Amino acid sequence: MLNNITLGQYFPGDSFIHRLDPRTKILLTIMFLVCVFLSRGFLGFGLIVAFIFLCARVAKIQLKFLFRGLKPIAIIVIITFLLNLFMTPGDDLLWKWGILSVSVQGIKNALFMAFRLILLVTGTQLLTLTTSPIRLTDGLESLFSPLSRIGFPAHELAMMMSIALRFIPTLIEETQKITRAQKARGADFESGSLIKRAKALLPLLVPLFVSAFRRADELAMAMEARCYRGGKGRTKMNPLKYAKSDLVAFLCLAALVVLIVLTNKSGIGVI
Amino acid sequence: MPDKPFAIDLKGVSYKYESADSPALDNIDLQVRQGEMLAVLGRNGSGKSTLGKLFNALYLPTSGSACVMGKEIKSEDDAYSARRHCGMVFQDPDNQMVATIVEEDVAFGCENLGLPPEEIRARVSDALSTVGMEQYAKSAPHMLSGGQKQRIAIAGVVAMHPDIIVFDESTSMLDPSGREDIFDLAVRLNSEGVTVIWITHFMEEAARCRRLVIIDGGKIALEGSPRQVFSDVKRVKQLGLEVPDMTYLAWSLREAGIDISTDILTMDEMEAKLWDLMSGT
Repeated sequence: MLNNITLGQYFPGDSFIHRLDPRTKILLTIMFLVCVFLSRGFLGFGLIVAFIFLCARVAKIQLKFLFRGLKPIAIIVIITFLLNLFMTPGDDLLWKWGILSVSVQGIKNALFMAFRLILLVTGTQLLTLTTSPIRLTDGLESLFSPLSRIGFPAHELAMMMSIALRFIPTLIEETQKITRAQKARGADFESGSLIKRAKALLPLLVPLFVSAFRRADELAMAMEARCYRGGKGRTKMNPLKYAKSDLVAFLCLAALVVLIVLTNKSGIGVI
Repeated sequence: MPDKPFAIDLKGVSYKYESADSPALDNIDLQVRQGEMLAVLGRNGSGKSTLGKLFNALYLPTSGSACVMGKEIKSEDDAYSARRHCGMVFQDPDNQMVATIVEEDVAFGCENLGLPPEEIRARVSDALSTVGMEQYAKSAPHMLSGGQKQRIAIAGVVAMHPDIIVFDESTSMLDPSGREDIFDLAVRLNSEGVTVIWITHFMEEAARCRRLVIIDGGKIALEGSPRQVFSDVKRVKQLGLEVPDMTYLAWSLREAGIDISTDILTMDEMEAKLWDLMSGT
Protein backbone atom coordinates (compact mmCIF):
# COMPACT_ATOMS: atom_id res chain seq x y z
CA MET A 1 0.00 0.00 0.00
CA LEU A 2 3.02 2.17 0.50
CA ASN A 3 4.24 1.52 -2.99
CA ASN A 4 2.20 4.30 -4.55
CA ILE A 5 3.02 7.04 -2.08
CA THR A 6 4.04 10.19 -3.87
CA LEU A 7 5.96 12.74 -1.91
CA GLY A 8 4.75 16.25 -2.45
CA GLN A 9 2.95 16.48 -5.74
CA TYR A 10 5.84 15.82 -8.07
CA PHE A 11 4.70 14.47 -11.40
CA PRO A 12 7.64 12.54 -12.88
CA GLY A 13 8.49 13.27 -16.49
CA ASP A 14 11.31 14.07 -18.86
CA SER A 15 10.21 17.26 -20.58
CA PHE A 16 12.09 20.48 -21.29
CA ILE A 17 10.67 21.94 -18.07
CA HIS A 18 11.45 18.85 -15.99
CA ARG A 19 15.06 18.96 -17.13
CA LEU A 20 15.60 22.62 -16.27
CA ASP A 21 17.97 23.36 -13.42
CA PRO A 22 15.95 23.60 -10.18
CA ARG A 23 17.58 26.96 -9.41
CA THR A 24 16.34 28.27 -12.75
CA LYS A 25 12.85 27.07 -12.01
CA ILE A 26 12.81 28.69 -8.58
CA LEU A 27 14.03 32.01 -9.97
CA LEU A 28 11.58 31.81 -12.88
CA THR A 29 8.75 31.17 -10.44
CA ILE A 30 9.69 34.34 -8.62
CA MET A 31 9.76 36.22 -11.94
CA PHE A 32 6.36 34.73 -12.71
CA LEU A 33 4.96 36.03 -9.43
CA VAL A 34 6.31 39.48 -10.32
CA CYS A 35 4.53 39.23 -13.67
CA VAL A 36 1.24 38.45 -11.98
CA PHE A 37 1.56 41.46 -9.68
CA LEU A 38 2.79 43.69 -12.48
CA SER A 39 -0.18 43.02 -14.69
CA ARG A 40 -2.86 45.66 -14.29
CA GLY A 41 -5.52 44.34 -16.59
CA PHE A 42 -7.27 41.34 -18.05
CA LEU A 43 -5.17 41.40 -21.23
CA GLY A 44 -2.04 40.82 -19.15
CA PHE A 45 -3.83 38.03 -17.29
CA GLY A 46 -4.77 36.53 -20.62
CA LEU A 47 -1.11 36.40 -21.55
CA ILE A 48 -0.24 34.76 -18.24
CA VAL A 49 -2.99 32.17 -18.65
CA ALA A 50 -1.68 31.40 -22.11
CA PHE A 51 1.80 31.05 -20.64
CA ILE A 52 0.61 28.61 -17.95
CA PHE A 53 -1.25 26.49 -20.50
CA LEU A 54 1.82 26.45 -22.73
CA CYS A 55 4.06 25.31 -19.86
CA ALA A 56 1.58 22.60 -18.83
CA ARG A 57 1.49 21.44 -22.43
CA VAL A 58 5.29 21.29 -22.69
CA ALA A 59 5.60 19.51 -19.34
CA LYS A 60 2.78 17.09 -20.36
CA ILE A 61 0.87 17.85 -17.19
CA GLN A 62 -2.89 17.43 -17.28
CA LEU A 63 -4.77 20.60 -16.42
CA LYS A 64 -6.73 18.87 -13.68
CA PHE A 65 -3.46 18.47 -11.72
CA LEU A 66 -2.89 22.20 -12.01
CA PHE A 67 -6.34 23.03 -10.72
CA ARG A 68 -6.27 20.45 -7.96
CA GLY A 69 -3.96 22.75 -6.01
CA LEU A 70 -6.71 25.38 -5.95
CA LYS A 71 -8.96 23.40 -3.60
CA PRO A 72 -7.21 24.41 -0.36
CA ILE A 73 -7.35 28.09 -1.26
CA ALA A 74 -10.89 28.12 -2.65
CA ILE A 75 -12.21 29.68 0.56
CA ILE A 76 -9.66 32.48 0.43
CA VAL A 77 -10.51 33.18 -3.21
CA ILE A 78 -14.23 33.35 -2.42
CA ILE A 79 -13.72 35.64 0.59
CA THR A 80 -11.45 37.94 -1.42
CA PHE A 81 -14.04 38.04 -4.18
CA LEU A 82 -16.93 38.88 -1.85
CA LEU A 83 -14.99 41.51 0.10
CA ASN A 84 -13.96 43.31 -3.06
CA LEU A 85 -17.41 42.94 -4.54
CA PHE A 86 -19.24 44.59 -1.65
CA MET A 87 -16.62 46.91 -0.22
CA THR A 88 -15.31 48.74 -3.26
CA PRO A 89 -16.67 52.26 -3.29
CA GLY A 90 -17.86 53.44 -6.68
CA ASP A 91 -20.21 55.98 -8.31
CA ASP A 92 -22.04 53.70 -10.66
CA LEU A 93 -23.97 51.72 -8.03
CA LEU A 94 -25.92 48.73 -9.35
CA TRP A 95 -27.36 47.57 -6.06
CA LYS A 96 -27.43 48.79 -2.49
CA TRP A 97 -28.63 47.32 0.81
CA GLY A 98 -27.51 48.89 4.07
CA ILE A 99 -23.75 49.25 4.04
CA LEU A 100 -23.43 46.69 1.26
CA SER A 101 -23.21 48.05 -2.23
CA VAL A 102 -22.19 46.68 -5.58
CA SER A 103 -20.65 48.91 -8.19
CA VAL A 104 -19.31 48.21 -11.66
CA GLN A 105 -15.86 49.03 -10.34
CA GLY A 106 -16.48 46.56 -7.49
CA ILE A 107 -17.29 43.72 -9.86
CA LYS A 108 -14.17 44.48 -11.86
CA ASN A 109 -12.01 44.62 -8.74
CA ALA A 110 -13.43 41.42 -7.30
CA LEU A 111 -12.85 39.49 -10.53
CA PHE A 112 -9.36 40.95 -10.82
CA MET A 113 -8.29 39.99 -7.29
CA ALA A 114 -9.76 36.48 -7.41
CA PHE A 115 -8.16 35.91 -10.77
CA ARG A 116 -4.83 37.11 -9.49
CA LEU A 117 -4.89 34.65 -6.58
CA ILE A 118 -5.79 31.77 -8.87
CA LEU A 119 -2.92 32.63 -11.21
CA LEU A 120 -0.42 32.88 -8.34
CA VAL A 121 -1.27 29.39 -7.15
CA THR A 122 -1.50 27.63 -10.49
CA GLY A 123 1.80 29.21 -11.58
CA THR A 124 3.73 28.08 -8.53
CA GLN A 125 2.14 24.66 -8.93
CA LEU A 126 4.14 24.30 -12.12
CA LEU A 127 7.32 24.38 -10.05
CA THR A 128 6.31 21.69 -7.56
CA LEU A 129 4.71 19.51 -10.23
CA THR A 130 7.81 19.38 -12.39
CA THR A 131 10.58 19.32 -9.77
CA SER A 132 11.24 16.40 -7.42
CA PRO A 133 11.49 17.42 -3.77
CA ILE A 134 15.15 16.42 -3.66
CA ARG A 135 16.03 18.57 -6.69
CA LEU A 136 14.04 21.40 -5.18
CA THR A 137 16.02 21.09 -1.94
CA ASP A 138 19.30 21.01 -3.87
CA GLY A 139 18.24 24.13 -5.73
CA LEU A 140 17.28 25.99 -2.57
CA GLU A 141 20.53 24.98 -0.87
CA SER A 142 22.54 26.26 -3.80
CA LEU A 143 20.58 29.51 -4.06
CA PHE A 144 20.92 30.21 -0.34
CA SER A 145 24.57 29.13 -0.05
CA PRO A 146 25.93 32.67 -0.50
CA LEU A 147 24.01 33.55 2.68
CA SER A 148 25.81 30.84 4.67
CA ARG A 149 28.74 33.22 4.91
CA ILE A 150 26.66 35.41 7.19
CA GLY A 151 25.54 32.42 9.21
CA PHE A 152 22.44 31.27 7.35
CA PRO A 153 22.26 27.46 7.74
CA ALA A 154 21.59 26.69 4.05
CA HIS A 155 23.19 23.26 3.99
CA GLU A 156 21.72 22.20 7.31
CA LEU A 157 18.20 23.18 6.26
CA ALA A 158 18.54 21.28 3.00
CA MET A 159 19.88 18.23 4.84
CA MET A 160 16.97 18.35 7.28
CA MET A 161 14.50 18.58 4.42
CA SER A 162 15.94 15.60 2.59
CA ILE A 163 16.17 13.48 5.73
CA ALA A 164 12.56 14.34 6.51
CA LEU A 165 11.57 13.25 3.01
CA ARG A 166 13.60 10.05 3.40
CA PHE A 167 11.87 9.15 6.66
CA ILE A 168 8.24 9.92 5.74
CA PRO A 169 7.62 6.44 4.27
CA THR A 170 9.48 4.78 7.15
CA LEU A 171 7.39 6.59 9.74
CA ILE A 172 4.14 5.93 7.89
CA GLU A 173 4.99 2.26 7.84
CA GLU A 174 5.74 2.41 11.54
CA THR A 175 2.45 4.18 12.27
CA GLN A 176 0.57 1.40 10.52
CA LYS A 177 2.50 -1.20 12.47
CA ILE A 178 1.74 0.47 15.82
CA THR A 179 -1.92 0.99 14.86
CA ARG A 180 -2.25 -2.71 14.12
CA ALA A 181 -0.45 -3.63 17.32
CA GLN A 182 -2.74 -1.41 19.39
CA LYS A 183 -5.84 -2.69 17.62
CA ALA A 184 -4.73 -6.23 18.38
CA ARG A 185 -4.73 -5.18 22.03
CA GLY A 186 -8.26 -3.86 21.74
CA ALA A 187 -7.65 -0.19 20.97
CA ASP A 188 -10.50 1.53 19.16
CA PHE A 189 -9.53 4.35 16.81
CA GLU A 190 -12.73 4.65 14.80
CA SER A 191 -15.76 5.10 17.03
CA GLY A 192 -16.76 7.68 19.61
CA SER A 193 -16.79 11.44 19.62
CA LEU A 194 -14.04 13.56 18.16
CA ILE A 195 -12.44 14.09 21.56
CA LYS A 196 -12.62 10.39 22.34
CA ARG A 197 -10.98 9.54 19.05
CA ALA A 198 -8.26 12.13 19.61
CA LYS A 199 -7.57 10.62 23.01
CA ALA A 200 -7.37 7.17 21.44
CA LEU A 201 -4.53 8.43 19.28
CA LEU A 202 -2.30 8.97 22.29
CA PRO A 203 -1.11 5.36 22.62
CA LEU A 204 -0.20 5.62 18.95
CA LEU A 205 1.69 8.89 19.11
CA VAL A 206 3.82 8.14 22.15
CA PRO A 207 5.56 5.04 20.77
CA LEU A 208 5.85 6.77 17.40
CA PHE A 209 7.67 9.72 18.92
CA VAL A 210 9.92 7.54 21.06
CA SER A 211 10.90 5.55 18.02
CA ALA A 212 11.45 8.67 15.93
CA PHE A 213 13.90 10.00 18.50
CA ARG A 214 15.71 6.67 18.64
CA ARG A 215 15.95 6.67 14.86
CA ALA A 216 17.29 10.20 14.85
CA ASP A 217 19.95 9.23 17.35
CA GLU A 218 21.06 6.22 15.37
CA LEU A 219 20.99 8.09 12.09
CA ALA A 220 23.19 10.83 13.50
CA MET A 221 25.71 8.23 14.56
CA ALA A 222 25.58 6.46 11.21
CA MET A 223 26.14 9.78 9.42
CA GLU A 224 29.11 10.56 11.62
CA ALA A 225 30.51 7.09 10.97
CA ARG A 226 30.42 7.97 7.29
CA CYS A 227 32.56 11.04 7.87
CA TYR A 228 29.76 13.62 7.86
CA ARG A 229 30.96 16.93 9.28
CA GLY A 230 28.38 19.35 7.98
CA GLY A 231 28.42 21.12 4.65
CA LYS A 232 32.06 22.19 4.74
CA GLY A 233 34.32 20.49 2.21
CA ARG A 234 31.44 18.42 0.89
CA THR A 235 31.07 17.67 -2.80
CA LYS A 236 28.13 16.30 -4.75
CA MET A 237 27.81 13.33 -7.03
CA ASN A 238 25.42 15.29 -9.25
CA PRO A 239 26.37 18.95 -8.95
CA LEU A 240 23.87 21.43 -10.37
CA LYS A 241 24.89 22.87 -13.74
CA TYR A 242 23.22 25.55 -15.82
CA ALA A 243 22.63 24.53 -19.44
CA LYS A 244 21.59 26.39 -22.59
CA SER A 245 17.98 25.46 -21.97
CA ASP A 246 18.09 27.48 -18.75
CA LEU A 247 19.01 30.58 -20.75
CA VAL A 248 16.16 29.92 -23.17
CA ALA A 249 13.74 29.64 -20.25
CA PHE A 250 15.00 32.90 -18.77
CA LEU A 251 14.50 34.64 -22.11
CA CYS A 252 10.92 33.31 -22.35
CA LEU A 253 10.08 34.75 -18.96
CA ALA A 254 11.78 38.05 -19.81
CA ALA A 255 9.62 38.22 -22.95
CA LEU A 256 6.52 37.67 -20.81
CA VAL A 257 7.55 40.52 -18.51
CA VAL A 258 8.06 42.87 -21.48
CA LEU A 259 4.71 41.88 -23.03
CA ILE A 260 2.89 42.55 -19.79
CA VAL A 261 4.51 45.94 -19.37
CA LEU A 262 3.45 46.75 -22.95
CA THR A 263 -0.17 45.73 -22.34
CA ASN A 264 -0.19 47.94 -19.26
CA LYS A 265 1.13 50.84 -21.32
CA SER A 266 -1.38 50.27 -24.15
CA GLY A 267 -4.17 50.53 -21.63
CA ILE A 268 -6.30 47.82 -23.24
CA GLY A 269 -8.30 45.96 -20.64
CA VAL A 270 -6.66 47.84 -17.77
CA ILE A 271 -8.87 48.30 -14.79
CA MET B 1 55.66 -15.09 6.66
CA PRO B 2 56.04 -11.93 8.75
CA ASP B 3 52.94 -10.81 10.57
CA LYS B 4 51.00 -7.98 9.01
CA PRO B 5 50.86 -4.66 10.87
CA PHE B 6 47.97 -3.92 13.18
CA ALA B 7 44.79 -2.47 11.74
CA ILE B 8 43.50 -1.78 15.22
CA ASP B 9 45.54 -1.66 18.40
CA LEU B 10 43.81 -1.03 21.74
CA LYS B 11 46.02 -0.74 24.79
CA GLY B 12 44.43 -0.61 28.22
CA VAL B 13 41.29 1.02 26.84
CA SER B 14 38.44 1.86 29.17
CA TYR B 15 35.22 3.62 28.28
CA LYS B 16 32.61 5.00 30.61
CA TYR B 17 29.28 6.50 29.57
CA GLU B 18 28.68 9.82 31.22
CA SER B 19 25.48 8.68 32.85
CA ALA B 20 26.86 5.35 34.07
CA ASP B 21 28.56 4.53 37.36
CA SER B 22 30.75 1.70 36.18
CA PRO B 23 32.72 1.66 32.94
CA ALA B 24 31.19 -0.10 29.94
CA LEU B 25 34.64 -1.28 28.90
CA ASP B 26 37.38 -1.94 31.38
CA ASN B 27 41.06 -2.08 30.48
CA ILE B 28 40.76 -3.80 27.12
CA ASP B 29 43.86 -4.94 25.22
CA LEU B 30 43.02 -6.03 21.72
CA GLN B 31 45.02 -6.15 18.52
CA VAL B 32 43.56 -6.84 15.10
CA ARG B 33 45.94 -7.46 12.21
CA GLN B 34 45.30 -6.15 8.74
CA GLY B 35 43.34 -8.62 6.63
CA GLU B 36 42.00 -10.47 9.63
CA MET B 37 38.38 -11.52 10.16
CA LEU B 38 37.60 -11.22 13.83
CA ALA B 39 34.31 -12.02 15.52
CA VAL B 40 33.29 -10.21 18.68
CA LEU B 41 30.72 -12.05 20.76
CA GLY B 42 28.91 -11.20 23.94
CA ARG B 43 25.47 -11.19 25.50
CA ASN B 44 23.29 -8.08 25.61
CA GLY B 45 24.90 -5.30 27.57
CA SER B 46 28.31 -6.96 27.58
CA GLY B 47 29.91 -3.93 25.96
CA LYS B 48 30.50 -5.42 22.52
CA SER B 49 28.75 -2.62 20.62
CA THR B 50 30.59 -0.02 22.69
CA LEU B 51 33.81 -1.74 21.68
CA GLY B 52 32.77 -1.50 18.02
CA LYS B 53 32.27 2.24 18.33
CA LEU B 54 35.79 2.67 19.67
CA PHE B 55 37.23 1.16 16.49
CA ASN B 56 36.07 4.09 14.38
CA ALA B 57 36.27 6.76 17.04
CA LEU B 58 32.52 7.27 17.42
CA TYR B 59 33.53 7.04 21.07
CA LEU B 60 36.93 8.18 22.30
CA PRO B 61 38.48 6.06 25.05
CA THR B 62 38.11 7.46 28.58
CA SER B 63 41.58 6.11 29.30
CA GLY B 64 44.12 4.05 27.41
CA SER B 65 45.14 4.41 23.79
CA ALA B 66 43.37 3.39 20.60
CA CYS B 67 45.28 3.26 17.29
CA VAL B 68 43.57 2.80 13.95
CA MET B 69 45.89 1.89 11.06
CA GLY B 70 48.89 2.90 13.13
CA LYS B 71 47.57 6.31 14.11
CA GLU B 72 46.51 7.08 17.64
CA ILE B 73 43.15 8.77 18.09
CA LYS B 74 43.39 11.66 20.48
CA SER B 75 41.11 14.37 19.15
CA GLU B 76 38.07 14.88 16.92
CA ASP B 77 40.34 15.51 13.93
CA ASP B 78 42.03 12.14 14.39
CA ALA B 79 38.56 10.69 14.67
CA TYR B 80 37.74 11.87 11.15
CA SER B 81 40.78 10.13 9.71
CA ALA B 82 40.01 6.99 11.70
CA ARG B 83 36.54 6.93 10.15
CA ARG B 84 38.04 7.18 6.68
CA HIS B 85 39.98 3.98 7.41
CA CYS B 86 37.30 2.21 9.36
CA GLY B 87 33.73 2.04 8.08
CA MET B 88 30.78 0.73 10.02
CA VAL B 89 27.57 -1.09 9.15
CA PHE B 90 24.91 -0.79 11.84
CA GLN B 91 22.10 -2.99 13.04
CA ASP B 92 18.97 -1.30 11.74
CA PRO B 93 19.14 -0.91 7.97
CA ASP B 94 16.51 1.86 8.01
CA ASN B 95 18.35 4.11 10.42
CA GLN B 96 21.53 4.43 8.40
CA MET B 97 20.06 5.58 5.11
CA VAL B 98 20.17 9.28 4.43
CA ALA B 99 18.90 9.75 0.91
CA THR B 100 15.67 8.99 -0.94
CA ILE B 101 17.49 7.35 -3.85
CA VAL B 102 19.76 4.33 -3.48
CA GLU B 103 22.70 5.71 -5.44
CA GLU B 104 22.53 9.05 -3.63
CA ASP B 105 22.74 7.17 -0.36
CA VAL B 106 25.77 5.17 -1.48
CA ALA B 107 27.38 8.43 -2.56
CA PHE B 108 26.81 10.10 0.82
CA GLY B 109 30.11 9.01 2.40
CA CYS B 110 32.15 9.89 -0.68
CA GLU B 111 30.47 13.30 -0.83
CA ASN B 112 31.55 13.87 2.76
CA LEU B 113 35.12 13.06 1.78
CA GLY B 114 34.99 15.86 -0.79
CA LEU B 115 35.81 13.68 -3.79
CA PRO B 116 35.30 15.03 -7.32
CA PRO B 117 31.91 14.13 -8.90
CA GLU B 118 33.33 11.80 -11.58
CA GLU B 119 35.21 9.78 -9.01
CA ILE B 120 32.15 9.53 -6.77
CA ARG B 121 30.08 8.25 -9.67
CA ALA B 122 32.71 5.62 -10.53
CA ARG B 123 33.03 4.50 -6.92
CA VAL B 124 29.26 4.32 -6.44
CA SER B 125 28.73 2.10 -9.46
CA ASP B 126 31.67 -0.11 -8.42
CA ALA B 127 30.33 -0.42 -4.89
CA LEU B 128 26.82 -1.22 -6.11
CA SER B 129 28.12 -4.00 -8.34
CA THR B 130 30.26 -5.35 -5.47
CA VAL B 131 27.11 -5.88 -3.41
CA GLY B 132 25.07 -6.96 -6.45
CA MET B 133 22.56 -4.12 -6.37
CA GLU B 134 23.34 -2.31 -9.66
CA GLN B 135 19.80 -2.67 -10.94
CA TYR B 136 18.43 -0.83 -7.90
CA ALA B 137 20.61 2.28 -8.31
CA LYS B 138 17.59 4.54 -8.92
CA SER B 139 15.13 2.89 -6.52
CA ALA B 140 13.79 4.33 -3.31
CA PRO B 141 15.23 2.66 -0.19
CA HIS B 142 11.84 2.05 1.41
CA MET B 143 10.90 -0.28 -1.45
CA LEU B 144 13.75 -2.67 -0.68
CA SER B 145 13.85 -5.65 1.70
CA GLY B 146 15.90 -5.57 4.89
CA GLY B 147 18.70 -7.59 3.36
CA GLN B 148 18.79 -5.37 0.30
CA LYS B 149 18.90 -2.24 2.45
CA GLN B 150 21.77 -3.69 4.42
CA ARG B 151 23.62 -4.35 1.16
CA ILE B 152 23.12 -0.72 0.21
CA ALA B 153 24.54 0.30 3.58
CA ILE B 154 27.56 -1.91 2.91
CA ALA B 155 27.94 -0.38 -0.56
CA GLY B 156 27.94 3.06 1.05
CA VAL B 157 30.84 1.99 3.24
CA VAL B 158 32.68 0.11 0.49
CA ALA B 159 32.54 3.17 -1.78
CA MET B 160 34.68 5.02 0.75
CA HIS B 161 37.43 2.39 0.23
CA PRO B 162 38.01 1.66 3.91
CA ASP B 163 40.73 -0.69 5.22
CA ILE B 164 38.50 -1.96 7.99
CA ILE B 165 34.75 -2.57 8.14
CA VAL B 166 32.99 -3.10 11.45
CA PHE B 167 29.66 -4.92 11.24
CA ASP B 168 27.75 -4.10 14.42
CA GLU B 169 25.12 -6.84 14.63
CA SER B 170 24.31 -6.11 11.01
CA THR B 171 22.36 -9.34 10.52
CA SER B 172 20.30 -9.37 13.69
CA MET B 173 17.24 -7.77 12.08
CA LEU B 174 17.32 -9.91 8.95
CA ASP B 175 15.68 -13.21 8.06
CA PRO B 176 17.97 -16.29 7.86
CA SER B 177 18.59 -16.06 4.12
CA GLY B 178 19.33 -12.34 4.27
CA ARG B 179 21.66 -13.05 7.20
CA GLU B 180 23.55 -15.65 5.20
CA ASP B 181 23.86 -13.24 2.25
CA ILE B 182 25.31 -10.45 4.32
CA PHE B 183 27.77 -12.74 6.10
CA ASP B 184 28.96 -14.18 2.78
CA LEU B 185 29.42 -10.66 1.50
CA ALA B 186 31.58 -9.82 4.52
CA VAL B 187 33.66 -12.94 3.94
CA ARG B 188 34.13 -11.95 0.30
CA LEU B 189 35.20 -8.43 1.23
CA ASN B 190 37.64 -9.94 3.72
CA SER B 191 39.12 -12.18 1.01
CA GLU B 192 39.64 -9.04 -1.07
CA GLY B 193 41.84 -7.64 1.67
CA VAL B 194 39.45 -5.69 3.92
CA THR B 195 39.88 -6.26 7.64
CA VAL B 196 36.49 -7.35 8.97
CA ILE B 197 35.29 -7.10 12.54
CA TRP B 198 32.06 -9.00 12.94
CA ILE B 199 30.11 -8.16 16.09
CA THR B 200 27.32 -10.66 16.65
CA HIS B 201 25.49 -12.95 18.99
CA PHE B 202 25.00 -15.71 16.45
CA MET B 203 27.40 -18.58 17.15
CA GLU B 204 27.24 -20.03 13.66
CA GLU B 205 28.59 -16.78 12.20
CA ALA B 206 31.28 -16.44 14.85
CA ALA B 207 32.36 -20.03 14.28
CA ARG B 208 33.15 -19.18 10.66
CA CYS B 209 35.59 -16.38 11.55
CA ARG B 210 39.25 -17.17 12.08
CA ARG B 211 39.51 -15.62 15.50
CA LEU B 212 36.97 -14.65 18.07
CA VAL B 213 36.79 -12.61 21.21
CA ILE B 214 34.08 -12.93 23.83
CA ILE B 215 33.35 -9.79 25.79
CA ASP B 216 31.62 -9.97 29.13
CA GLY B 217 31.11 -7.27 31.70
CA GLY B 218 33.34 -4.90 29.75
CA LYS B 219 36.31 -7.25 29.73
CA ILE B 220 37.70 -9.79 27.31
CA ALA B 221 36.57 -13.09 28.76
CA LEU B 222 37.82 -15.52 26.12
CA GLU B 223 39.93 -15.16 23.03
CA GLY B 224 41.23 -17.54 20.40
CA SER B 225 40.15 -19.57 17.42
CA PRO B 226 36.50 -20.68 17.44
CA ARG B 227 37.68 -24.24 18.02
CA GLN B 228 39.64 -23.27 21.12
CA VAL B 229 37.00 -20.96 22.50
CA PHE B 230 33.94 -23.13 21.96
CA SER B 231 35.62 -26.29 23.28
CA ASP B 232 35.42 -24.67 26.70
CA VAL B 233 31.67 -25.26 26.70
CA LYS B 234 31.13 -24.64 30.41
CA ARG B 235 32.81 -21.25 30.36
CA VAL B 236 30.96 -20.14 27.23
CA LYS B 237 27.64 -21.11 28.77
CA GLN B 238 28.61 -19.25 31.91
CA LEU B 239 29.05 -16.14 29.78
CA GLY B 240 25.43 -16.39 28.71
CA LEU B 241 26.15 -17.65 25.23
CA GLU B 242 25.30 -20.81 23.34
CA VAL B 243 27.91 -22.95 21.66
CA PRO B 244 27.32 -24.36 18.15
CA ASP B 245 25.01 -27.40 18.25
CA MET B 246 27.67 -29.90 17.26
CA THR B 247 30.13 -28.63 19.85
CA TYR B 248 27.40 -29.01 22.44
CA LEU B 249 26.66 -32.55 21.28
CA ALA B 250 30.35 -33.49 21.50
CA TRP B 251 30.56 -31.98 24.95
CA SER B 252 27.48 -33.89 26.11
CA LEU B 253 28.91 -37.13 24.73
CA ARG B 254 32.12 -36.48 26.55
CA GLU B 255 30.26 -35.76 29.77
CA ALA B 256 28.54 -39.14 29.27
CA GLY B 257 31.92 -40.81 29.20
CA ILE B 258 32.55 -41.14 25.48
CA ASP B 259 36.08 -40.29 24.42
CA ILE B 260 35.50 -37.52 21.87
CA SER B 261 37.21 -34.16 21.61
CA THR B 262 35.04 -31.05 22.03
CA ASP B 263 36.62 -28.89 19.33
CA ILE B 264 33.98 -29.88 16.80
CA LEU B 265 32.08 -27.12 15.02
CA THR B 266 30.20 -28.58 12.08
CA MET B 267 28.02 -31.56 11.23
CA ASP B 268 30.64 -32.93 8.81
CA GLU B 269 33.34 -32.89 11.45
CA MET B 270 31.03 -34.64 13.87
CA GLU B 271 30.21 -37.29 11.29
CA ALA B 272 33.91 -37.96 10.64
CA LYS B 273 34.75 -38.11 14.34
CA LEU B 274 31.90 -40.47 15.10
CA TRP B 275 32.85 -42.65 12.17
CA ASP B 276 36.43 -42.88 13.48
CA LEU B 277 35.18 -43.65 16.95
CA MET B 278 32.83 -46.39 15.77
CA SER B 279 35.29 -48.05 13.42
CA GLY B 280 38.05 -47.84 16.04
CA THR B 281 36.16 -49.86 18.61
